[in-house]
Amino acid sequence: MLETATYNTMSNRVVITGLGIAAPNGVGIPAFTHAIKTGTSGIRHDPQLAELQFSCQIAGKPDVPEALQLQYLDPLELRNFNSNGILYGLIAGIDAWKDAGLKITEGNDPDWDSGVIFGAGSSGLDKLREAIYKVDALQVRRLGSTVVPQTMASGISAWLGGKLGLGNQVSTNSSACTTGAESLLMAFDRIKNGQATRMLAGSTSDAGPYIWGGFDALKVCTYKHNDCPEKGSRPMSASASGFVPGSGAGAFLLESLESALERGATIYAEVLGGHVNSGGQRGDGTMTAPNSMAVQRCITQAMAQAGVTGMDIDAINGHLTATGKDSLEIENWSKALGRAGKDFPYINALKGMVGHCLSGAGSIELVASVLQLNEGFLFPNINCEDLHPEISAIIDDACVPRELINVNLNIIAKASFGFGDVNACVILKKYING
Amino acid sequence: MDKETLIAELKTIVKPYAKDEAALANINENTDFINDLKINSANLVDVILDVEEKYNIVIDNESMEKMVNVKAAMEIIESKLA
Repeated sequence: MLETATYNTMSNRVVITGLGIAAPNGVGIPAFTHAIKTGTSGIRHDPQLAELQFSCQIAGKPDVPEALQLQYLDPLELRNFNSNGILYGLIAGIDAWKDAGLKITEGNDPDWDSGVIFGAGSSGLDKLREAIYKVDALQVRRLGSTVVPQTMASGISAWLGGKLGLGNQVSTNSSACTTGAESLLMAFDRIKNGQATRMLAGSTSDAGPYIWGGFDALKVCTYKHNDCPEKGSRPMSASASGFVPGSGAGAFLLESLESALERGATIYAEVLGGHVNSGGQRGDGTMTAPNSMAVQRCITQAMAQAGVTGMDIDAINGHLTATGKDSLEIENWSKALGRAGKDFPYINALKGMVGHCLSGAGSIELVASVLQLNEGFLFPNINCEDLHPEISAIIDDACVPRELINVNLNIIAKASFGFGDVNACVILKKYING
Repeated sequence: MDKETLIAELKTIVKPYAKDEAALANINENTDFINDLKINSANLVDVILDVEEKYNIVIDNESMEKMVNVKAAMEIIESKLA
């Protein structure tokens, strides 16, 4: 007999009860927390990029030695495994699930009330490259069984769904650098509307020359810091000269407040709401540049859905990539919040430490935002000694912490913007009983 | 090649894919790859590729379809090596 769950048709409150991360400057929540508090960079010189004559020869990659891989994949699964994006996603996703105190589903019945929406920009590019070489060499029959699960766009959600035995929606979203923030909001909607009790959300990005090459060719990456990698990623700095390519994954377990309280779970933060939109590549928006009207609208709509005003925002975690668009982003935040100068909230950018982790960026930065709310701190903006004058013309210098600040925060706004002129903004609140 | 040697070599080949260790320990001519060794059906193509590599043979599509147990695998390998 089929059991049908009865879901609450009311609008559920949604909280975050688990976190996981595989970032260039820390794999696992304790290592990552330490790294962001101490302003530790994960950007390194990349010999492969140098050999391939990239303009930008520095990058951010999570450190995942084989012993760590074996904690997430068995030796058979690791045979012919060559999809680092899926690996990062598995580490972050499974960690978030366990961090929430949840057990891996045993037996024949999946967990009908739990699902996963885990985003990716591409999947298994290195694996795909291997496969393409074999196909072109008339060796299609020698591909074996491993190509499809490692290269299908939904690879990461499929792997996580199987590892954890999830029986609710199992899907992958993709919206360029907005992907991670979008995944959280899609999971939020599903729980809020009563279609699931728990959703694992997050996003991942492949590492390596085949994902980064296109950006190198677009001339959006810095080529001025090949001999000083840790100084290369400089969000909001006057000497910023393009982004540093990064990779990795962040994950969060979202859950109805009711379920979290029932389980006695640790609550990291409440998701008050958010908004996703697009500038339609109209106005000043293009495939690669944001429409400012849409950015401002995304932020104001997110605040409206969350039931807060610009004055309630204690801190912003920006998209801030270290390209020429950083000052425009600050202007957009300032207009959307109706705040400027000394009245502007704190703002920080994680990309100074990890680079631009592309489709993994939003989720990695959201994990950092949630940690800040939960523990009451603001991580330092590294490589921003020389705040860009166009930025200091809008907001006070003190709004941009260069050192760790221990401060109790109530509400953080986090936004991500992506190619295709797409935007997402999430409003997070510290959870205090009730 | 005698049967015992061939079965022992097949045992080494299927070991990484076999989920039932007891069945693997008792592998014999009548062992079925999926039902006894609990090899994931998608991994059968990997077993076949490993067999091809080990014996330097090419197994055609028709033979592949038949190669679902130890007995069939032995017959196919022996016929290709003959």
